[in-house]
Formats: sequence, structure tokens, C-alpha cells
Amino acid sequence: MKRIRVIPVLSVMGNKLVKTVRFKHPKYLGDPLNAIKIFNEKKVDELIVTDITASKGKKEPNYRLIEEMAGEAFMPLGYGGGIRTQDQAAKVFSLGVEKVILNTAAMENPEIIEAISSAYGSQSVVVSIDVRKDFLGRTRATYCSGTKSTGMNIAELISKCIEMGAGEIILHSADREGTFQGYDLELIRKYSGIEVPFVVLGGCNSLDDMSAAIRSGANAIAAGSYFVYRNNDCRSILINYPGIKNLQSLYI
Amino acid sequence: MNIVIIDYGIGNPLSIKNMLQKIGANSTISNEMHALENADKLILPGVGHFAKGMDNLHKSGLSKILNELVTARKKPVLGICLGMQLMTRWSDEGELPGLGWIEASTRRFNFTDPTVKVPHMGWTDTYFRNPLIQTNRFEELPPRFYYVHSYYVTCKESEEVLCEAEYGNQTFTSGFVKENVMGVQFHPEKSHVFGMEFLRQFISWNP
Repeated sequence: MKRIRVIPVLSVMGNKLVKTVRFKHPKYLGDPLNAIKIFNEKKVDELIVTDITASKGKKEPNYRLIEEMAGEAFMPLGYGGGIRTQDQAAKVFSLGVEKVILNTAAMENPEIIEAISSAYGSQSVVVSIDVRKDFLGRTRATYCSGTKSTGMNIAELISKCIEMGAGEIILHSADREGTFQGYDLELIRKYSGIEVPFVVLGGCNSLDDMSAAIRSGANAIAAGSYFVYRNNDCRSILINYPGIKNLQSLYI
Repeated sequence: MNIVIIDYGIGNPLSIKNMLQKIGANSTISNEMHALENADKLILPGVGHFAKGMDNLHKSGLSKILNELVTARKKPVLGICLGMQLMTRWSDEGELPGLGWIEASTRRFNFTDPTVKVPHMGWTDTYFRNPLIQTNRFEELPPRFYYVHSYYVTCKESEEVLCEAEYGNQTFTSGFVKENVMGVQFHPEKSHVFGMEFLRQFISWNP
């Protein structure tokens, strides 16, 4: 039996845990450290924290919060947000983070992928691509919280990132973020053949939906809202994670 | 108990220190001879490239000190991930020989099935073959641990295999033990209660 990683994604702004819908309207949920402690008890496979304002505001990563979060994370931890240089990545690693997640920096300066990958290994560099559909339904790769377009074809962009040393790719369906519409299975099927582990994010609404994403070729499942709200209702905050029996139903 | 996590500029010693602290064990991160000599137990962490790891150990003078402490003075040591691989004689990854504390080598995963991706990354059921690790103490059986690796270790002597796991229909050695030398491919420091229990047993291990 091959276990599939199921990864909650926490968004932070400053020191606050928040959740957005299609990258907008951040809603305050509470304290990220509390959420991490709960996820420890639930034995989550892995955790991703993204600082959703760091790149847009051209700010440095919030090192103090990262250190506190890493100190509580007894599972692999990925961090993204505001990492633009190799030195910043080095600092994030030194605080106890296993993986850095690059978005804006990887698009504007792909050499950073290579620099970090050659120093820390490709398994520690993840590139996240925000996928949006334009009014004609064509998929576009965007970045900087979905505000800028790379103008590149997604397949080319993925190949380029892997060539530079990315060890994992997250395809984030920006149009579905926080909407519970379900994963974009068409998108997953299209890119399932890439040679590094392939993580999908955006739209998760159920275990069945996760299962469909896995059958479509995702190597790991990530979700934000699904793990912080009860019954997919944005009025009811509840940090949650499936029990081992439910997770086992996903494995192939 | 005085545990020293060896700092040689590779890997994530702080995660290990955090985890040890969580189970009530003190540790220090150091590359100083004095600290290493006074340690009750050593941990050799590591993530990344085999040859770079060996190069760092040589340049810092640590390989010489460690050889003395581990092979002559028999200080108990645990290698984690790349740290385990460095204890073998050689690797497919780079030209430099390893520390050679155990008759084993480090090979690259090579699968014909393209859906089996390398690295092996994620949680995998792990089967202990040596009663040194008491599996009945784990919260769930078999215990699962977090792995991330493109290379795996193969031991010459089957009795030195501590545990095994499977990836892409291949069973590989995910831990070995020989006298005072123990290595594991998984990351106990990132494996929740399973890693905590493993490290507790490492702490009480008395080779």
C-alpha cells in the first residue's frame, strides 16, 4: 500500500492565521501556533505555511513566527512567502523548515531554484504555480498572489523549474481557492506525467474529491479551507484532519 | 544523557533538537571536539548530496574525530537520512568514499515504471527486523515514518539490517545497526509519535 501525502496549507498574514477565497478577502481564523499544535495531535502527514502578504508587500519572511512554528511542527514543514534570495532561504532552513516553497521568486528569477537546490538538495525546493483560467478558458501560469502573469505555457514552465532543480511542483488552482468546487481534475490529468512529485491545491471539498484527484494522477493532496472549516462552511472554524481509516481509503 | 547533534553544515540539526526536547531529552548542536568527546551519544544528521556531506566532514576535520570516537572508543551514534548513508563504504552519488563504519553501500533508486517517482517522499510503513527496537511500544503497528531520499542503503550482512520498508515494489533496508553504529533512512524528528518513540528507544539503547 502506497500512502499518499495529505497536506494542510495554512495561510498567515503577519502573526495571524487567515483564509482567503480566490486570494481575496482574508478572514481571521486565530493563532497559527495553535493550529499547528492541533495538527500535531492529528498526526498530519506534512504541513505547508504560506505568508500571503510577504511577496506582495516585498517584505522579508517573518522569521520569528517561522521559528516558533517550526519548533512546534513534528512533521515535515514547508514554508512559502517572501523568499527572494538564497540567503533568505538559508535562514528559513536554519530555523527548522524542511522545504521552501517558491512562487514569485521562481518566476522572476528562476536561477534561485538552482542556487537553493544545489546547496540543499532538490527535495527541499518546491515551486508553486498559481493556475488561472482566462475568459476564453485557457489556463495561464500566474504568480504574486495571482496578480501577475508569466506569459509562459504551464508545461514549459514546469519543465524549466524541474530543470533548474525543483524537487516538487504544486499546481494551485487559483480560481478554485477557498471555493470547495472540487479539484480541477482536467488540469491534474494534463500534468500528471511530470517526473517529480506533483501536489495539487485548490477547491478540495471531500475525501471523495481527494480520491478523484489521486486517481487523476496527483502524487500528493493539499488543501486549505477544507482543513480549517467545519462541513465546508466558512462561518464555522474547526481545525480538522481525517483519521487514519479515512485516509487509508485514499491509498492506491 | 548528553546527546550531541553533529553540526557539519548540512541537514537540519534544529529539527532534531526540537524533537528531542519534546520527549524531554537535552541535546546540543556542535562541531567541537570537546563536546563530541563528552557526548554520551552522537547523532549524525544530513540531507543532500553524499559527496558534499563527506567533503564537509573532511574539511572540518570531523571525519577524523568521528572515526576515533566511533570505531576506537565505540561511542553510540545514530545516522539519519544522509547521515546513515555516509556511514556506508561508498555511494552512487559522487566519487568520495563514505565513512565505512558498516559493510554497506548506497545505491540510487532506479525504477522502470515512470509512475514511481524519485525521490521516495512521504510516510511509509516500516518493519523492524531486530528486537532492539520494541515495536509493541509504538502507538500503531506497523509504525510509519517520513522518508525523503533518492538513494537507499544495501547491507552486506543481513543480520545488520534493523528495519525495512518498501517503495515501488522494492524492499529496501531503511535502518541498520552494528555494535554502536545505528542508521535510519527515515526522519524520526519529523515522524510525530512514531519518531518520538523511536528516539526514546535510541536514548535508552545501550550497545
